[in-house]
Amino acid sequence: MAARALIFYRDSILQNQNQINQYQDRINEFKAIVQQLLDEAARQGASAAEAALSVDNGLTASVRLGEVETVEHHCDQGLGVTVFFGRQKGSASTNDLSPASLADTVRAACSIARHTSGDEYAGLPEAEDLATECVELDLYHPWQVDAEQALQVAKECEDAALAFSAEINNSEGATVNSHHGVRVFGNSLGFLQGLHSSRHSISCAVLAGAGDRMQRDFWYAVARDPERLQAAREIGEKAAARTVARLDARSIGTRQCPVLFAPETAVSLIGAFIGAVSGGNLYRKASFLLDALDKQIFPDFVRIDEQPLLPGGMGSAWFDAEGVATRARDLVSGGVLRSYVLSSYSARKLGLRTTGNAGGVHNLMVAANGPDFAGMLRLLGTGLLVTELMGQGVNRVTGDYSRGASGFWVENGEIQFPVEEITIAGNLKTMFQQITAIGEDIDYRGNIRVGSILVERMAVAGN
Amino acid sequence: MPILNQVKQNILHGRQLDTADVERVMASLLSAPVDFADIYFQCSHFESWSLEGGLIKEGNFSIEQGAGVRVVSGEKTGFAYSDILELPQLLAAAENVKAIVRHGQNGRVKVSSFAAPERQALYAAANPLLSLPDQEKIELMLRLDREARRLDPRVEEVMVSLSAVYEQVLIADSDGGLAADIRPLVRLNVSVIMQENGRREQGSMGGGARADYGFFFEEDRAMDYAAEAVRQASVNLQAGEAPAGNMVVVLGPGWPGILLHEAIGHGLEGDFNRKGTSAFSGRIGERVASPLCTVVDDGALPGRRGSLNIDDEGAPTRRTVLIENGVLKNYMQDKLNARLMGLPQTGNGRRESYAHAPMPRMTNTYMLPGEHAPEEILASVQKGLYASNFGGGQVDITSGKFVFSASEAYLIENGKITRPVKGATLIGNGPDVLTKVSMVGNDMRLDSGVGTCGKDGQSVPVGVGQPTLRIDGLTVGGTSV
Repeated sequence: MAARALIFYRDSILQNQNQINQYQDRINEFKAIVQQLLDEAARQGASAAEAALSVDNGLTASVRLGEVETVEHHCDQGLGVTVFFGRQKGSASTNDLSPASLADTVRAACSIARHTSGDEYAGLPEAEDLATECVELDLYHPWQVDAEQALQVAKECEDAALAFSAEINNSEGATVNSHHGVRVFGNSLGFLQGLHSSRHSISCAVLAGAGDRMQRDFWYAVARDPERLQAAREIGEKAAARTVARLDARSIGTRQCPVLFAPETAVSLIGAFIGAVSGGNLYRKASFLLDALDKQIFPDFVRIDEQPLLPGGMGSAWFDAEGVATRARDLVSGGVLRSYVLSSYSARKLGLRTTGNAGGVHNLMVAANGPDFAGMLRLLGTGLLVTELMGQGVNRVTGDYSRGASGFWVENGEIQFPVEEITIAGNLKTMFQQITAIGEDIDYRGNIRVGSILVERMAVAGN
Repeated sequence: MPILNQVKQNILHGRQLDTADVERVMASLLSAPVDFADIYFQCSHFESWSLEGGLIKEGNFSIEQGAGVRVVSGEKTGFAYSDILELPQLLAAAENVKAIVRHGQNGRVKVSSFAAPERQALYAAANPLLSLPDQEKIELMLRLDREARRLDPRVEEVMVSLSAVYEQVLIADSDGGLAADIRPLVRLNVSVIMQENGRREQGSMGGGARADYGFFFEEDRAMDYAAEAVRQASVNLQAGEAPAGNMVVVLGPGWPGILLHEAIGHGLEGDFNRKGTSAFSGRIGERVASPLCTVVDDGALPGRRGSLNIDDEGAPTRRTVLIENGVLKNYMQDKLNARLMGLPQTGNGRRESYAHAPMPRMTNTYMLPGEHAPEEILASVQKGLYASNFGGGQVDITSGKFVFSASEAYLIENGKITRPVKGATLIGNGPDVLTKVSMVGNDMRLDSGVGTCGKDGQSVPVGVGQPTLRIDGLTVGGTSV
């Protein structure tokens, strides 16, 4: 029998009402270290500098076939500093927070800056773009769970998967993850702020069938607040249902047909769009959406907006990776690209103003115009439903798209049989124009919230 | 044992630790009834430089250090790590992990160095960051930028990245072993974007090795990367629609060996096979490839990106035959899975860093050469696809389905390469793709040292290789239906 009941582990999370106060103390302590780094950079002659310090604590507990498999304790710390000597820039980082190491790290950054080229666009953000208004975003909800309890949750999840169907005959296990941390960022323009946040997840992967018929699938939930996680049992059942549904998958003949991307795969289409309108790829001319600002790139019903201040959102932040204030805005409305995704550097290169996206986007919402999932299947009619994508296969420069896929063949809105060992191909520019509906079956788990996406026509290669 | 002493000096003594402290941490781990335990100390220095728009835009230097402690009991693993290399933190980490097993006996281990005979080191124990003055690193990158632009005026943008890692590891295990390694790793990459009549395409080439920066100056390698990136971009500018459907595919030598990594390599890692979750589970001794195919994993090749003197559990790396004349021979193992399966360790226990627990991973995985000249292989194909360069790949271990994405490909018509086609993803089934290998070239080549493999969130450098191969049916994911 498992030694599960005999595990004694007390999380380092402070378990009382003083928690928030203590975290505030910690942020203040970290702010002092970041200020020291900035002072040291000035002392070593840097004309400007920015520095960050982060600490992340966590627990990972997994169970496989009812037995404890792993218990891992995570504790990561790191600091990084970027210095500017006029328009020359250098960076250094370390996980050694000792005073001697701080000075050494700044020295390493300064030494690098002496070798980089003067770049007229390099430098800190404009002072007026820096965030000044602190917003409480409700991102910090530590989970009062110790290893034993985490294992219990994992076991409940896996048990539900194993009990779901007689076809489920093996498991990769269920895992519970709980992380919480603090990040402090400052620069020599006087910006110095900290954020604490938490992130919890439950995942499960199980198998069915044997030999050539064997299949595996998984499901997961992730949230800032453990109370908002989908129930462990439901995650297990969903993983099992997905696995069983894949049994006896087969390839289909090469053809052109409509393709419905289930929400968990539709996210990657929006991700490719974000990559193509990101400043770094635009000024390098490494994007298939060069000069697309104010142009129609999606059908008119498509609206994509960014909501960085969403309480509890996975992508929420009131300042970006360089201290710039984030702002809610439309990226796409009426199908027209309204704004790029820029940091202050890429904005300067393009002659534009930063959009507060150094470090990425913050909660993208893709508006639905279509029905729920069953309704989307009816809109698909006869075609391919894609529930998993494999490989990279996206050329950011040309938009050429070719990826491995698995999913289901659908006729007259009804799922017929599971499909695997096929590819789907097209070009993202055309695929975006050929989106005919976006479902209201929105996947709320990640930084990009989108329902299933129906694309009118793609090339499917099979047997 | 100069390496062991050097690493002990740098990692332990520099922080007021000594082998007696390591023994105390180990004794604490062994105060629970574990099957085995280990402590992994690591100190890494890393630098990277990047050029774009003709400017040296960024440089970064970082130092990471820490120690991971692990106990294993049956199938259970307890793992924790500390960024702070001081005795109280290490003892606290040990206290945390051993809770995974019942309290029990007292264990005490005296650490000594491994008794295994030291073999010739596979790479020099030197710090590659210091192998070239910073100014010369910069000059190399600027020269590559100029060279790429000189080679073809259609080149619009050049991006160069140069990086090096100097990693020292010290591994103590509960058998009393103490082993160390010093692992240099360098990497250089050149990417270009080329424009003609409004159409843009990219080309990219790079390489690397467990060596110092001198590697890029030998045989004019760096300049060749620039030329190759330009050549690829110009081929892609001519590329038409790729075909869609099942067809004969000829894979070029070298990096296309990513086929082996995805189609069979991952499926032969010990953990998946112990758990019975791999499409190859329980198939040792069975035919899984045509008799023309012999595939090995070899972590003991001198200087290769995927090579290690010892794996991250202290076991010497070696050559493991995975498939011999088409028959499945061995899995790749770390300590935990080898023990549970009753099979020998193969030196494949690897981890991304001290903050990650080890698991079975590939090193350099490649197919041995066959008899055919590559021209003969192409001449044998009436209609098909020749793919000579790839991006990445992915595999579903359980169903065996794998993909890898061609970044340079051509149509073969009547035994001849006729015209370039756009990149496309190729998809197949791991357990039967190699049964369709009907010709194997005599031009076996390892890749240029660019591979990174990701598994369960952990990245490690790997190598692949193969000769030219003819595969009698693989699904090509083009757009031309």
